[in-house]
Amino acid sequence: MQFGIFTVGDVTPDPTTGRTPSEHERIKATLAIARKAEEVGLDVFATGEHHNPPFVPSSPTTTLGYIAARTENLILSTSTTLITTNDPVKIAEDYATLQHLADGRVDLMMGRGNTGPVYPWFGKDIRQGIPLAIENYALLHKLWREDVVDWEGKFRTPLQSFTSTPRPLDGVPPFVWHGSIRSPEIAEQAAYYGDGFFHNNIFWPMEHTKKMVDLYRRRYAHYGHGTAEQAIVGLGGQVFMRKNSQDAVREFRPYFDNAPVYGHGPSLEDFTRETPLTVGSPQEVVERTLTFRDAVGDYQRQLFLMDHAGLPLKTVLEQLDLLGEEVVPVLRKEFAALRPAGVPDAPVHPAVTAARAATAPKEV
Amino acid sequence: MFATAPLRVVAVSAGLSSPSSTRLLADRLAEATRERLAADQDRAVEVQVVELRDLAVSIANHLVTGFPPADLRDAIDAVTGADGLIAVSPVFTASYSGLFKSFFDLIENTALTGKPVLIAATGGTPRHSLVLDHAMRPLFAYLRAVTLPTSVYAASEDWGAPGDEYAEGLPSRIRRAGGELASAVTGRTVSGATRAATLDDGEDAVVPFAQQLADLRVN
Repeated sequence: MQFGIFTVGDVTPDPTTGRTPSEHERIKATLAIARKAEEVGLDVFATGEHHNPPFVPSSPTTTLGYIAARTENLILSTSTTLITTNDPVKIAEDYATLQHLADGRVDLMMGRGNTGPVYPWFGKDIRQGIPLAIENYALLHKLWREDVVDWEGKFRTPLQSFTSTPRPLDGVPPFVWHGSIRSPEIAEQAAYYGDGFFHNNIFWPMEHTKKMVDLYRRRYAHYGHGTAEQAIVGLGGQVFMRKNSQDAVREFRPYFDNAPVYGHGPSLEDFTRETPLTVGSPQEVVERTLTFRDAVGDYQRQLFLMDHAGLPLKTVLEQLDLLGEEVVPVLRKEFAALRPAGVPDAPVHPAVTAARAATAPKEV
Repeated sequence: MFATAPLRVVAVSAGLSSPSSTRLLADRLAEATRERLAADQDRAVEVQVVELRDLAVSIANHLVTGFPPADLRDAIDAVTGADGLIAVSPVFTASYSGLFKSFFDLIENTALTGKPVLIAATGGTPRHSLVLDHAMRPLFAYLRAVTLPTSVYAASEDWGAPGDEYAEGLPSRIRRAGGELASAVTGRTVSGATRAATLDDGEDAVVPFAQQLADLRVN
């Protein structure tokens, strides 16, 4: 099972000091966070993509290319890549290039984006969100698998005899996850292609996440990629930890109360009860995370949101230390012990698998 | 005919005080509906009143977070699952109250399709009685509910003592409205539109992918 972090890339004032980091500071902090993720033994770093303030990651492959050069083992991913407003040809080129630079340590997660004005800024219409996601991905899928592509669709200028370069590393396209909070069409899309399905699992109750994953699993089996239990599932989650549970609650509360999206709404206590948010000791985070498996079955990837809502870099790095030292090693062991044979790992590029096999510590 | 499940009538009351005249009107309308159903159809009726005041914080939280707390989810399920709906709001600043609108903003926009709805309102003065026609009817028209012809407006003066020359109109309007809802519930006028499938419908919630591709003419 893979463990990692995903970032939204928000530039948010620290509510305890009122200080807002500059965009430059935020971008540099993102790099420090990614390198820390590798240092503490996490598997995945994923960045969001946004084209409006207060977010900085508008150019994910630039950032991920830099991180690729500064890391050895970390899988670089996205959360999410906007399959609606980006040209699928440019996605094919950018991520195939990144795949070569990173020697295969690349996958990506498709998402639609829910910021209305971004669509017209890129010449699209948000009401066409689902059809855009379906058509654009159909083209991207083809561009990575067929050397010469003829294409005609509703949303993009036709292509005749087009070859997307560079070709994917070793002829193996990056693995793709499809992320959606509530659209059955996207679970269906992931199932149809035998791709992974990721639920952000942050804003809504676990019961809802379970419904989306169940639907994806049933349709994955329907399309003959394997049994429902073999479908490739990823979940998000958010945590804040201190050794002492009360310290975690006291320190995180002002960040929660003022957080973008859900701040100024329910209490921290209500939100931790009703959603997967966990604020407490590393042990509590371990216990809560293990319950995700009860809801969705054995799954392949767990990403945590650690660096949002104005948390200072120093705090985020401390959180990653706790995650890497006290949470993930326990979760790896517990999830592995519970996992039946026949449940696959998340696909990684063969070069990555080979390199890992060569450097992996011996099982104890 | 063998015995069938009781009919479910749900009344939504957006009154803020306790006791409130809005709740009183909701109760009277529900009772009038129940009486007519029992008399004409010999059908058991379950009446549930949803007090929005009790859900005010949950409604605000849902607006902020995008999902309903448990108590609000139960209320939304009751409203969308009802055979007949009674919706009663006080008049605030020349329209239905903000709480009333916020609640209906959280109802999925196909979930009331074809549902018989009896609308009613209360106010301090009869001068606002057209709120039923300029605010409430358009709201339920948007939701494709079947809004009944009789709607009931109760101004403070309508609650006068029994036998009062002004008050005797209200009970008869309540009876007429309850009768219309009772007929509509059993006749169940359904519009051509259907409710959109949700995740709770499992695999029925998905359009098969081949069809999604075909619709885009992607091969």
